[in-house]
Formats: sequence, C-alpha cells, structure tokens
Amino acid sequence: MSAPAIRVEGLEHTFRQKGREVRAVDGVDLEVGEGEFVALVGPSGCGKSTLLRVLAGLLVPTGGTAEVGGVSAVGRPGLVAFMPQKDLLLPWRRALANAALGLEVHGVPRKEARARARALFGVFGLEGFEQAWPAQMSGGMRQRLALLRTFLVPSRVLLLDEPFGALDAITRRGMHAWLQEVLAIEPRTVLLVTHDVEEALVLADRVVVMSPRPGRIVDAIAAPFARPREPGIVTEAAFVAAKARVLAALGEGDDPVSAGEERTAPGA
Amino acid sequence: MKLALGSAAGARRLAAAYGPSAVLLALLVAGWEAWVRVFDTRPYILPAPSRIWQGFWETKHLLPEHIRTTLAEAVLGLGFGAAAGVTIAVLVAGIPLVRRVLMPLLVVSQTIPMVVLAPLLIVWFGFGMTPKVVVVALWGFFPVAVATADGLMHADREMVGLVRSMGANRLQVLRYIAVPAALPAFFSGLKIAAAYAVGGAVVGEWIGASSGLGLYITRAQTSFRVDRVFVAVVLIALLSMLLFAAVHVLARLATPWMYVRTEEETR
Ligand SMILES: Nc1ncnc2c1ncn2[C@@H]1O[C@H](COP(=O)(O)OP(=O)(O)OP(=O)(O)O)[C@@H](O)[C@H]1O
Ligand SMILES: [Mg+2]
Repeated sequence: MSAPAIRVEGLEHTFRQKGREVRAVDGVDLEVGEGEFVALVGPSGCGKSTLLRVLAGLLVPTGGTAEVGGVSAVGRPGLVAFMPQKDLLLPWRRALANAALGLEVHGVPRKEARARARALFGVFGLEGFEQAWPAQMSGGMRQRLALLRTFLVPSRVLLLDEPFGALDAITRRGMHAWLQEVLAIEPRTVLLVTHDVEEALVLADRVVVMSPRPGRIVDAIAAPFARPREPGIVTEAAFVAAKARVLAALGEGDDPVSAGEERTAPGA
Repeated sequence: MKLALGSAAGARRLAAAYGPSAVLLALLVAGWEAWVRVFDTRPYILPAPSRIWQGFWETKHLLPEHIRTTLAEAVLGLGFGAAAGVTIAVLVAGIPLVRRVLMPLLVVSQTIPMVVLAPLLIVWFGFGMTPKVVVVALWGFFPVAVATADGLMHADREMVGLVRSMGANRLQVLRYIAVPAALPAFFSGLKIAAAYAVGGAVVGEWIGASSGLGLYITRAQTSFRVDRVFVAVVLIALLSMLLFAAVHVLARLATPWMYVRTEEETR
C-alpha cells in the first residue's frame, strides 16, 4: 500500500506575537487518500487556512507532522498546488502570464506554459481577458483566474482555500460542474476549505468538520452518492440527512457568543 | 502609451492637465514685466522677461554647445548614480549586516555639501566631464538606493509565499516577485534623482569647466549680465523637466500595470 496523499498527525500551532499567544490548531489528525476529495468546514478562525499553509510548506507548525505523498511537508514548499484564500494575482502580470506562473516556476518554457494556460481560458469563462491586467478584472474573474493558475501547477495534490467564495450562485454551480468534469478526466487529490456545507457535500467524498479555535476535528461525514454529482441531489433525502449531520457537528463545539473570538477581536 | 496629440480629446486632456500651470506662469511673467517697467528696476538687479529673452537671442549661437555638455553630464551621472543606487539597494535589502553598517554612512554621505566636495573632485579628476558626472551620480544614487531598497524589502510576503509554494527558489522569488514589486519604487527614486541631475551638473561646472551652462553662468556673472544668468536658469529648468519627463516615459513603459487605473479614471 502506498502512502496517503496527505497525512497530518497531532498537528498543533500557536501563533506568538508580542507576548500574545493564539492557539490556532490543536491536535489535528487527518488523512486524505490518493485521488480522494475532502472538504474542510469549520467556523471562521478555527485554523483551516493555517492547516493548508502548513501543508503548503509555508508555515512551520509548533507541533505534529504533516506529510504529502509520504514526504514531510514541514518547511518544504513545492509539493502541492496551493490556492490561498486571497487571490494574490501578481499585479505586474497580465491574466495569461498569471495563469502560467506555476508552470513557469516549474521550468516549463514561457511560450509553452502560456499556450497551455490559454487553452483553459474559455473553460474558466475568461475568454478575451488573456491580456487584461488583474486590476481590470472583477472579483469573481480574479478568483477564477487564481483557480486556473492553481490547476496549472504541476502537482497531484490540490489545496483550495475557499476557491468559490467570491462567485455568485450561478457561476459557482458552473464551476462545480467543471471541477467535477476535470477531476473525472484527470483525477487529483483535493483538500478544499469552504463555508458552504452544500458545496462541500456536492463536491467531496468526505466532509471533515473542525471545532472553533483552537481547531480540532470533531466529525467526518461521508457524502452520499457517487461522484460526479448533479446539482439536483441537494433535495434528496440522503443528502439532506448528511447536511443535517454536518450542521449538527458545526453547532456542537459552538459556544454561545464564541468566547474565542472575543480574545483576539481588537485589531484582528 | 497613448499621447494622442493630434486628437481633440488628447488636446483637451493636455489642456486640463497643464492649462492651470501655464496660465499661472503667464500671469507671473506678465506681472514681473510690469513690475520692472513701473518701478524702473535696474537690469543688473532684476532684468525684465523681455530683457532675458534678448539675452537669450544674443547668445543663442553659444548655447547648444553648453547645453550638450551639461545634458551629457546629467544623463551620464544619472545613469551611473542609478546603477550604484540599485547595487547598494540590493546589498542593503539582501544582507542585514550591510543594512546596519551602510545605511548610516549613506545618510552621512548626503550631508556633505556639494560646494565643498566639488572643488576636491576637480583636484582629483581634472577639469573635464568626469568630476561633474561624479557630482550628479553622488547626488542621484541616494534617492534611488533608498527607494529601491524600500521596494525590495516590502515585497508582499503572501505573494512570496505563493511562488514558494510552487517550489520557487530564491532567485525565482526575486525575479517573479521582489524585482517587479520594487520597480515602481525604483522609478520614484529615479524621478527625484532626475529632477536634481541638471542642477548637479551645473554646480560641478560652476567650480571650473571649459564648457557647460555652469561656465555660461560664471561668465555672465563676471560681466554683470544678470539677464544671461536668468537665461541659464530657465534652460536648467527646461532641461530638468525634459529629463524628468524622459524618466516618466521610461517608467510607463517598464511598469505599465501602474498606469492601468489612472488611465481609466482620467478618461
Ligand atoms: N500570522 C498570524 N499571526 C497571528 N495569528 C494568526 C496568524 N494567522 C492566523 N492567525 C490566527 O489563527 C487563527 C486561525 O486562523 P486561520 O486563518 O487559519 O483561520 P480560518 O479557519 O482559515 O478562518 P476563515 O474561515 O475566517 O478563513 C485565527 O484566530 C487567526 O487570528
Ligand atoms: Mg481561512
């Protein structure tokens, strides 16, 4: 048996800033199999982005292990395709050059990288905007461009931090259909952070629920029906039941007035 | 870059941008002329604009040579200054020890009055163009170094994280993030340096030269031709603006993304 695509064990991280300590994640265990799609849901500030930044090799945790494909990702970037929560498009690159960035960093010749990026502009609804500057694009377009850039990073593991947050419901549904289609043709391992429980259950094999800060994993719910799924399933009884269970898990660790938020509210 | 000088819209845009300054300048010149005429001010104290124009006309066969010299010194000095500034910025931004050691010295270097330094430079480098180029470079490297170092050090950390997550090495981080992020700051520094470059060359010439606007000024002063001093002052201002505009054009070409929004908003 080969190593799982993602393995996180006993992961904990405490941010220290000017004597103030914020325990962001507290003992997270998570395993994502090769080709599996896992959605991560949890209240704001529970450490979802922190977990992804550790797996991307950008943040060295204060404790625990994080592996990608059997290799420790701690302090070792370059193992995954990471889409941060902010789109982080480079303002000095036109849309096409932004999309091709990951390929270029991986040493693909510029011309070839851009040709491969150009071929996907239509699918992402960005046709005709190849030469636009990021400053000229809408929030939704920027997010689709960031997703396209992430897709072109040559890695089997995708870490997506709220990739559809800035999209309207219709575009979002279109992107869901597209994402499932692409993954059916070219399977990849996906760890997706979202606040949208329905999105999680439509896209993922498994929905992992985190508690409020300090984040721990409180439940994991298998999504009903096989992938790819039609948007119509959201009204099926099995889907509604799964959704109820996720919402219950989200509500469980939820203190009234969320005491955790109050501690860091000033200036956060 | 679209200047669209021929079109009506372009002309309107130019008028909107520079019209108010032009009107103010015309009013000032007219007031100056009137003042001199009404109070009959002596020309060796304050020459009227018409008198300055006359001074320009009398010496116009001499001016191209002087302008060429001064402009060449300014441009060369600016080039060397910018190169030195960028080199220092890279060292300062990249090596913390260099930052701590060099930064205070750089500030001190700017407190040495050029009028004190210029005669020494002439002793060291002779009467040719070299000491003037050195003066301009010494003046110009500082704003370039400070601005560029600032730009390099303040590259967005999350953008750096993004390309590092793609597996970028240090050189790639520099190429994809730090350098483009620092370009606008570099050009801000270069604009400041450009504005002072012609003045710097003239100060260098003023101490001793065989050609240039500084020499022209020295000669005008020894013969009490204040009108000609003013001719040189106007020319220095025009040349400085020319150099500044050239850097501006360069900045627009090199950092087009910085002008995306302004173009839309001023349309
Ligand atoms: N660089 C940092 N320095 C200090 N504290 C931080 C830092 N980054 C995150 N935190 C804190 O760690 C906690 C978890 O942050 P994180 O961004 O992982 O939350 P999240 O689950 O992604 O939230 P959201 O859903 O709002 O994006 C938060 O309380 C946050 O304030
Ligand atoms: Mg987050």
